[in-house]
Amino acid sequence: MDARFPWFILIAPLVSAILIQLFTRQSRSVSATISVGSVAFTLLASIFVFMGGEGTSEVPWLDFRPGFYVPIGVTVDALSKLMLLVVTGVGTLVHVYSLVYMHEDESEARFFGNLSLFMFSMLGIVLANNFAMMFIFWELVGVSSYLLIGHWFNRDSAAKAANKAFIANRIGDFGFMIGILMAWTAFGSVIFKDMAEVRDQLSLPSAFSTIMVLMIFCGAVGKSAQFPLHVWLPDAMEGPTPVSALIHAATMVAAGVYMLARVSFIIQLSATGQEVIAWVGILTAVLAALMATQQDDIKRILAYSTLSQLGYMISAIGLAAPGAAMFHLFTHAFFKALLFLGAGAIIHAMHHEQDIWKMGGLSKKMQWTFLTFTAGYLALIGAPGFSGFFSKDVILLAAWQQNKIIFLLGLGTAFLTAFYMTRLFVVTFFGKTRSDAADHAHDGEMTMTGPLVIFAVLSVIAGYGIIAGPALGEHLSHSIEEIEGLGGGWTVRILATCAFAIGTGAGYMLYNGQSKDPILIPLFKNKFYFDELYAALIAGTQELLAVIARYIDQWFIDGLLVRGLSGATWATGFALRFLQFGNLQGYAFLFGLGVVAAIYLLVFR
Amino acid sequence: MTLTLNHYLLVSGLLFAIGFAGVMFRRNIIIIFMCLELMLNAANLSLVAFSRFNLVDGKSNYNAQVLVFFIITVAAAEVAVGLAIIVALYRARQTTHVEDINSLKF
Repeated sequence: MDARFPWFILIAPLVSAILIQLFTRQSRSVSATISVGSVAFTLLASIFVFMGGEGTSEVPWLDFRPGFYVPIGVTVDALSKLMLLVVTGVGTLVHVYSLVYMHEDESEARFFGNLSLFMFSMLGIVLANNFAMMFIFWELVGVSSYLLIGHWFNRDSAAKAANKAFIANRIGDFGFMIGILMAWTAFGSVIFKDMAEVRDQLSLPSAFSTIMVLMIFCGAVGKSAQFPLHVWLPDAMEGPTPVSALIHAATMVAAGVYMLARVSFIIQLSATGQEVIAWVGILTAVLAALMATQQDDIKRILAYSTLSQLGYMISAIGLAAPGAAMFHLFTHAFFKALLFLGAGAIIHAMHHEQDIWKMGGLSKKMQWTFLTFTAGYLALIGAPGFSGFFSKDVILLAAWQQNKIIFLLGLGTAFLTAFYMTRLFVVTFFGKTRSDAADHAHDGEMTMTGPLVIFAVLSVIAGYGIIAGPALGEHLSHSIEEIEGLGGGWTVRILATCAFAIGTGAGYMLYNGQSKDPILIPLFKNKFYFDELYAALIAGTQELLAVIARYIDQWFIDGLLVRGLSGATWATGFALRFLQFGNLQGYAFLFGLGVVAAIYLLVFR
Repeated sequence: MTLTLNHYLLVSGLLFAIGFAGVMFRRNIIIIFMCLELMLNAANLSLVAFSRFNLVDGKSNYNAQVLVFFIITVAAAEVAVGLAIIVALYRARQTTHVEDINSLKF
């Protein structure tokens, strides 16, 4: 295979986005066809690339060698191959699903145009061979995410959610940019391959490398919605459900994990940095799982679950197990996309009702959705034999070997995951129907259930070595085997299964047959008051700044500069006014005195 | 007794002092004006005297005398303007006394 072939993967969605934006916005069906065609092409091309070898192809962009050199390059290695498959695979199925889901939407053409733009930017991140190019596509992903969250921009909440997502991402990206600049200073290059080569010859001060690692991590905190910037992801559920499945569950939010895995050789320069990353990840996992237990909106529960699973992945990066993180990313992409699309099918059938307490009894009404959702549900809660079980297991094992407290928190999260997902599952599918819409719900068309079935199959089998092995590639598989080789595997497996069993059992006992929530924990329901805290924090800061600015304006600018200058001028004028006494001869006398004084000073001194 | 430069300068100084005293102490603005002319002519006299006594190669230096002609010419123009102002002033105020003309003060 020619090393230049991957360029086609990058260019196809771009061409599609441009065509739709410029020419076919009037025609919904043509736009949808172009977009689905381009993404199907990228899937086929990705499979072709996956079969082939590794390689890099680049064209110079900013060439100030030897000082600074940024190419635009595509690189194919085990890591990007895996990501290509995930992104284009999930992308294709979500595009097909959107054909039905968005069919009644008036701005379907705009939706597909933005979806293509997103595919272009996401594939750019995946294929980038240097930090600068990755950052550009990183921002492009932020923009397309903004556009898609705000797809229904005439809804106030959607417009606000889009802004929130964009701003939270910008905060993270600012740190990311500083991190990239620091890395460039340290390594003298932004190309990953060159950086990896010179890494061992570097001797960086430990404070510098720690700050560098944490700044790079900032980017992942924003994009992967980790604590404390996690607040945007649940709100991003205002976007159309296919967008939530593709962008805010499977691909974009995983970009942070992918980026950290890509630069794991830099992360490993700082032990402190790794520890912080591991802790931030696991804290996000626990907090998000706690918040998920009390949400009522089906998409929000899934969003918090996404946060929680991303926390696992980030934590695995911090535990120096990028293989485990990528494994979980791989399985999570399928079962979470499946859960979102299943939720989308339910919402679609229920005429845009998202409250789980208004559903109920759907297992009989929507059998295909129920069956496929079950597969995703079991995979997410880590039921033995399903894909999530295997990948979560590796992360927990890595935690067990390195830090028992992180392991316990991870185990607690696994329990909570089983608990809140059982709550969602039981309330939605079992018991009596609790609204008219639920009475009349039925499965969607073939284009809608088709992707669900494919995802369901993948969610079941993706964890087994026969699929995961080749997908992850030799290097990542090897790193997972290394973790498993260190022992403790059975202990962790049994403990994780216990957590799963207890969580599921507790959830079932508590929620089966209930028609409203039997427990109420305001702290969790209100998301630990993070939004209120941030609002107060920002309002308080602004208030403080405003007060300071007011004092400066009032006393320094107005008082000293403006009034002071005018006052001084006035006072001088007032004093000099007394010299004007109106006697002509007096003036002449003074003038004469002045002349005499001048002559005296000039001539006789 | 021969006239030296100092004699001329003494006369010039006296004229200047008389003129200055007139400007200082007289009340009528026309008199003040004439005293100003007197001071001007005192200056002219000293210029001519300097010119006469400053010999270059046995000849007088006429630069200062040329300057005197300029001063006389300019003074004539100045008198025309000054008298016109005084006439205008008199028409406006019916007075030529300086102590009555004191409205420009605080």
